[in-house]
Amino acid sequence: MAQFTRGFGSRRRDADPDLPPGQYLTTDFPVLSAGPTPRIPLSEWSFSIRTETGETARWSWDDFTALPSEEVSTDIHCVTRWSKLGTSWRGVALDTLFEDVETSFDYVMAHSYGGYTTNVPLEDLLDGKAWIAYEFDGEPLDPEHGGPARLLVPHLYFWKSAKWVRGLVMQQHDDPGFWEQNGYHLRGDPWLEERYW
Amino acid sequence: MRTTGWLAARIAAVRPTTSHARVLTLDVPGWPGNDPGQHLDIRLTAEDGYQAERSYSIASSGPGERVELAVDTVPDGEVSPYLVDVAEVGDVLEVKGPLGAYFVWHESDPDPVQLVAGGSGIVPLLAMARAHDRSESPVPFRLLYSVRSPDDALYRDEILDLAGRSLDLTWAYTRAAPEGWPEPVGRLTPDRVAAATWPPARHPLTFICGPTRFVEAAADAMVATGHDPARVRTERFGG
Ligand SMILES: Cc1cc2nc3c(=O)[nH]c(=O)nc-3n(C[C@H](O)[C@H](O)[C@H](O)COP(=O)(O)OP(=O)(O)OC[C@H]3O[C@@H](n4cnc5c(N)ncnc54)[C@H](O)[C@@H]3O)c2cc1C
Repeated sequence: MAQFTRGFGSRRRDADPDLPPGQYLTTDFPVLSAGPTPRIPLSEWSFSIRTETGETARWSWDDFTALPSEEVSTDIHCVTRWSKLGTSWRGVALDTLFEDVETSFDYVMAHSYGGYTTNVPLEDLLDGKAWIAYEFDGEPLDPEHGGPARLLVPHLYFWKSAKWVRGLVMQQHDDPGFWEQNGYHLRGDPWLEERYW
Repeated sequence: MRTTGWLAARIAAVRPTTSHARVLTLDVPGWPGNDPGQHLDIRLTAEDGYQAERSYSIASSGPGERVELAVDTVPDGEVSPYLVDVAEVGDVLEVKGPLGAYFVWHESDPDPVQLVAGGSGIVPLLAMARAHDRSESPVPFRLLYSVRSPDDALYRDEILDLAGRSLDLTWAYTRAAPEGWPEPVGRLTPDRVAAATWPPARHPLTFICGPTRFVEAAADAMVATGHDPARVRTERFGG
């Protein structure tokens, strides 16, 4: 049973059924990352997927942007409690990138330029649930927001949508990534409020 | 230290630290203690069941069931004006924590520490400076604290006190400086950040905290100066 707090509640904001528990609506696009923003020239950028056999599929920027892309309109929810509704992105579906990848492992570690990592079950990335996004609102994705390209897994808290992503490595177990070792939940479903361990 | 579920917290003391910010001391039975730099979540519940939650850094550290917070008013905010202007000693709210294991200073860390604070971003950095002051750690601590004006600095007297002892302190003023202040008034520039912080050759561990824009600018400046991004830790308060 929650504890009532005397005198609280006069300045409340309206509840919104599109908002997961404990989230508030923002119209800005706040920035959250653990360190400074890395800047990666497109000529040096690549994205790869590595499996348990060591086999690695790799795309340069030109290869990657030549792949079929999708427009994605989605709500995003940050563990620091802001949510932004109806954001629009362009990116390549993970289904497309995994088409020729053979793996028996069920988990993925995403790695970013700058050293950030985050773990995601493979099933949270496939079936139209995740993209490598490179445009926001019709413009190239800002470095502040993860450009040139970031993972976009909008049904999980936004720290899973690794900015500056450079590759995925298949893993046998759901080993924790950066924030997950630092106190955040292993999966991070905003509707279940999976914020911290 | 594991994170607790929601714990009842009773306000044990309140005192103003600027005209718009307040230090709150909470008694939290069951609190497991916390490291310097960690934060907690506060949950407030209105009489009709409506709830709001926000994160606040912890100014205190170590074992014990008392935690100290400092909250600055966001004028059109929902929770901060309540905590600064309405809450009184004896009122009860709920907390969960401690949270975060990354933005933390450990006494055993061998490297010099650079703290960079903007506004209320001083709170977790003060927890580190206090822990360092109490500890046997021989590493030097340096603080660059950016505030609008001298009167807007949270914990001003205590910081000056630490500066006389265990902290190398530089103020930066964005709106108004004391009379005769030698530095320009305004937003921090990369040059001023570089001049007021450890050079990369000292291999410091840097902690930057404050409003998101401030943190981005200060972190970019540190990296531009030649610091290893992996040694620059940031905590963004939003805004
Ligand atoms: C890890 C962490 C640690 C923190 N530590 C501290 C600390 O030690 N001290 C401290 O003072 N703060 C701290 N903060 C910030 C704190 O969590 C709150 O964000 C801050 O107190 C403002 O909360 P609020 O409820 O008063 O404002 P909110 O009501 O959340 O409003 C904040 C801003 O967002 C806008 N906004 C919010 N919701 C809406 C809406 N529905 N429509 C329009 N505008 C909206 C408001 O206009 C306002 O400008 C920390 C934040 C984090 C993430």
